[in-house]
Amino acid sequence: MSSDWISFDFTALFDSFWATTFDGLTLGAIYALVALGYTLVYGVLNLINFAHSEVFIAGAFAVVFFLSALGFGPSAPTLPLGMLILDLVLAGIIAMVVSGGTAILVERVAYKPLRDRGASRLAFLISAIGMSFVLQYIFFEWRGPNAEASVTMFRPEPIFDVFGTIIDSQQLTIVIAALVMMICVDQIVRRTKLGRGIRAVAQDPDTATLMGVNRERIIIATFAIGGFLAGAAALFYVMRVPAGVFYMGGFILGIKAFTAAVLGGIGNVRGALLGGLLVGLIGNYGATILGDSQWTDVVIFVVLILVLMIRPNGILGTNLGKARV
Amino acid sequence: MSAHSPLSSIGAKQAEADGKLGHGRPGWFVRISSWWNDRSRWQQWSILLVVVVLAYLLPVINPPLITTEPANDFAISCFNMALYGLVALGLNVVVGQAGLLDLGYIGFFAVGAYTASLWTSPDSPLVHIPYLWTLPLAMIVTVVFGIALGIPTLRLRGDYLAIVTLGFGEIIRLLATIVPALKGNTGFQNVGRPPGEVDGAPIFSASNGLPWYWFTVTVIVIVMILLGNLERSRVGRAWFAIREDEDAAEIMGVPTFRFKLAAFGTGAALGGLSGALLAGQVGFVNNQKFDVPTSILFLAAVILGGQGNKLGVVIGGAIVAYVPLRFTALGGWKFLIFGIVLVLLMIFRSQGLFGKKPKLLTFNARIRRKAKVEGTVPTDPDDEDPGPTDEKPGSTDEPTGGAR
Repeated sequence: MSSDWISFDFTALFDSFWATTFDGLTLGAIYALVALGYTLVYGVLNLINFAHSEVFIAGAFAVVFFLSALGFGPSAPTLPLGMLILDLVLAGIIAMVVSGGTAILVERVAYKPLRDRGASRLAFLISAIGMSFVLQYIFFEWRGPNAEASVTMFRPEPIFDVFGTIIDSQQLTIVIAALVMMICVDQIVRRTKLGRGIRAVAQDPDTATLMGVNRERIIIATFAIGGFLAGAAALFYVMRVPAGVFYMGGFILGIKAFTAAVLGGIGNVRGALLGGLLVGLIGNYGATILGDSQWTDVVIFVVLILVLMIRPNGILGTNLGKARV
Repeated sequence: MSAHSPLSSIGAKQAEADGKLGHGRPGWFVRISSWWNDRSRWQQWSILLVVVVLAYLLPVINPPLITTEPANDFAISCFNMALYGLVALGLNVVVGQAGLLDLGYIGFFAVGAYTASLWTSPDSPLVHIPYLWTLPLAMIVTVVFGIALGIPTLRLRGDYLAIVTLGFGEIIRLLATIVPALKGNTGFQNVGRPPGEVDGAPIFSASNGLPWYWFTVTVIVIVMILLGNLERSRVGRAWFAIREDEDAAEIMGVPTFRFKLAAFGTGAALGGLSGALLAGQVGFVNNQKFDVPTSILFLAAVILGGQGNKLGVVIGGAIVAYVPLRFTALGGWKFLIFGIVLVLLMIFRSQGLFGKKPKLLTFNARIRRKAKVEGTVPTDPDDEDPGPTDEKPGSTDEPTGGAR
């Protein structure tokens, strides 16, 4: 066996360290948004919503269709700034609604009947996998195996120059918008009445019900919040990876986002942020060192296994229920 | 469970178990199941023998409504059904017996297929060995892979394990794409096949599914007898205990980690074996066959057949392979259909079509018969007999399920 297929090129990493880092953080912010959906559902229902990746890609399809209908195409449109922002905000809202709707649909179809029957945990997981399959192959039958034509939203403008590397407007938009959303969710969970309900159900569903928390409503709200975040992530994802919208696109990103959630400590809102950023960075560094972007996923999975070996609960391994007011 | 009036205590225990699992529907499944359990050993064996003979004859009879022709050669279809049955049998050890959710089983399947092709295909620079030797070799290699994956990950529980195994399956597929020695999309042509010629033409060829089918069915029968023994041994009980309650098993002195590793290794070996069989029959291996949807299909076969029931999962595997071959027009819809089936099964019959009844591990059938004859019930069935370890092999393969 020859060994030319694997090479450790650390000079490549040093040469493009900052560019790799900024790019990794941008992707990481997207992962973190999707990871929050996994974490919230895990916190409340104690199960992995395997269909969350399809919730995400449904939003991405919505973004692509909405923007193409508005006349966005492969090259960046020349719109006045106000119009552009309005369009993008509208696309984001539509993606959030579609994703949120899909998330609630998944909850109603795949989880609610099982909850009513008191099924085993394995049953929930398999039902979720089944639901994920159904959605994936609905997209497949509808749009075929190829990626949607790319939609460019705006031309990235250089904004900062850090250590000789340029941060462009796209990266900045994504990171700041994602951070704002995650801070909002964190505050919702920690400070509002809804958040208190979520934490109560996460800690002890039965007692929470006795205390007058409407469990079903909390569960729906949790799925909806996760869906909204996935929709927002879908907008940023289309912005960043225009060729990524195809039926399996959600699955691939979903696994990375789930890895992020586990890495940070599933059930922990801040952990999802940390995990997302770490997964983005690790994947990018790994791909740069090994000299091929195909290695990204391999590196991420290996890191996941390593982290779980050392800290099975993730880096910030406390759960949603213990988050303090 | 009104069907068991003379068996009040066993019936009560059973009903209790049923209630716990949330399925309390007595129906014809229960009746067939108890009928089967009431047969004596030799009656069960002779029925099974007939079933096996019928299974062997299936492609020869080529039943009119069941046949997949003209779209697909029926013998090759039968081979595919048998292959999926074998895969499901292997995955059942991991998922059904030990309760470890493995979403990356395709990884082992791929390792087996690549082992067979690396050692037999002219496209590979490695030393070439006869094809039949690659079958045990594939099993050994996959066991090594299984243990290498299991040691770091088997301390994880449920969902975490699921995602890590999913990652493993993807890693194997990505490596098959990236590593040049594995030839990515180009793949390996002319993978070896078992020896033997009739009139100058090889018996085993890609176009003739019959020998391959018989070979695979033989493998399945052997594997089922061996697994049946394993199931009734200390190992099988340990798996059962781990599946039902891992913490309790650990506290009662079962070295859970070791037995989980054993389940992983056994399952991996069977995955590798089936991968090598596929490589031999098709004669061509590349990275396209080993994606995650196929892995989920394998899982669907086990769930559909009924986790824990060996014969059930073989039938489940056969169904999963058969449906798209019979209804060729389905195409990509098969995944959609299996997704819907998975959701519906979990909602209405989460134990699968032929779900195994959680039964007493001691001489259940003998107690039943005795109770029927005497019209009484032993006060404690566990006092009845020391244990089933000295039973004949393969004797408690119940093809019927019970409503758990």
